[in-house]
Amino acid sequence: MKKAVVFTVLLFVGAFLLLSAVQMRPFGAPTNPLMDDYFISHAQAEAAANNVVTSIVFDYRGFDTLGEATVLFCAVLGVVALFRKLREDEV
Amino acid sequence: MNGEMSVIVRTVTRLVYGLIIAFGFYVIMHGHLTPGGGFQGGAVVATAFALLLVAFGAAGIKGKLNAHLLQSLEEVGALAFLALGFLGIGTTFFYNLLANHGPIFGRPDVIGSNPGFLNTAGTLVWMNWAVGLKVMTGLASVVVVMLIGARKGEPE
Repeated sequence: MKKAVVFTVLLFVGAFLLLSAVQMRPFGAPTNPLMDDYFISHAQAEAAANNVVTSIVFDYRGFDTLGEATVLFCAVLGVVALFRKLREDEV
Repeated sequence: MNGEMSVIVRTVTRLVYGLIIAFGFYVIMHGHLTPGGGFQGGAVVATAFALLLVAFGAAGIKGKLNAHLLQSLEEVGALAFLALGFLGIGTTFFYNLLANHGPIFGRPDVIGSNPGFLNTAGTLVWMNWAVGLKVMTGLASVVVVMLIGARKGEPE
């Protein structure tokens, strides 16, 4: 019974991997280039920056960067809180 | 040996830490033109602080790197970033209000390949500086606080 279950799962996973390998698009081809093309053709005019990555990070996806900054802030806060008790008499 | 490394490491650190900091500020300053930006440049500057800490130990940097000052500067950077995000709230959150007009970083960029002009990109430059300040002081304060904590925990 157990062997049959393992064999079935293996069969399904193998079939899935084989199918995705057969149906894979050519190497390097983007899935949906609509957004990429928009950024490449409009970023210099809209955000006025040569570095399109910076335009995306700070302008188009600025809210995401705010979350990233919050993650760093929380990390620093956690470290400082963790080591707070250890330095009562020094520094 | 109060936690400092050999004379070779200390000499090389004295030579290179200024260069590392200058390179980090270069990466932040040209974040809108070349690869890199606030996060990357801030991390580079923070590695200079980490190098100083490793080379000279906790006793060597005592009184030079103030953890409270670093944490305050980190909050200043975070608040500046948030304020710059709210600058464009009239259109949308994080709208680039200063781009393409006005004297401060308002020069329109040349479409296509160009040598790169510093006076472009509007709020992106300010955000690079805000995030750079935040990351460099945040990571530096983490390293300082962890080093002090580790030194305190060691048996004398």
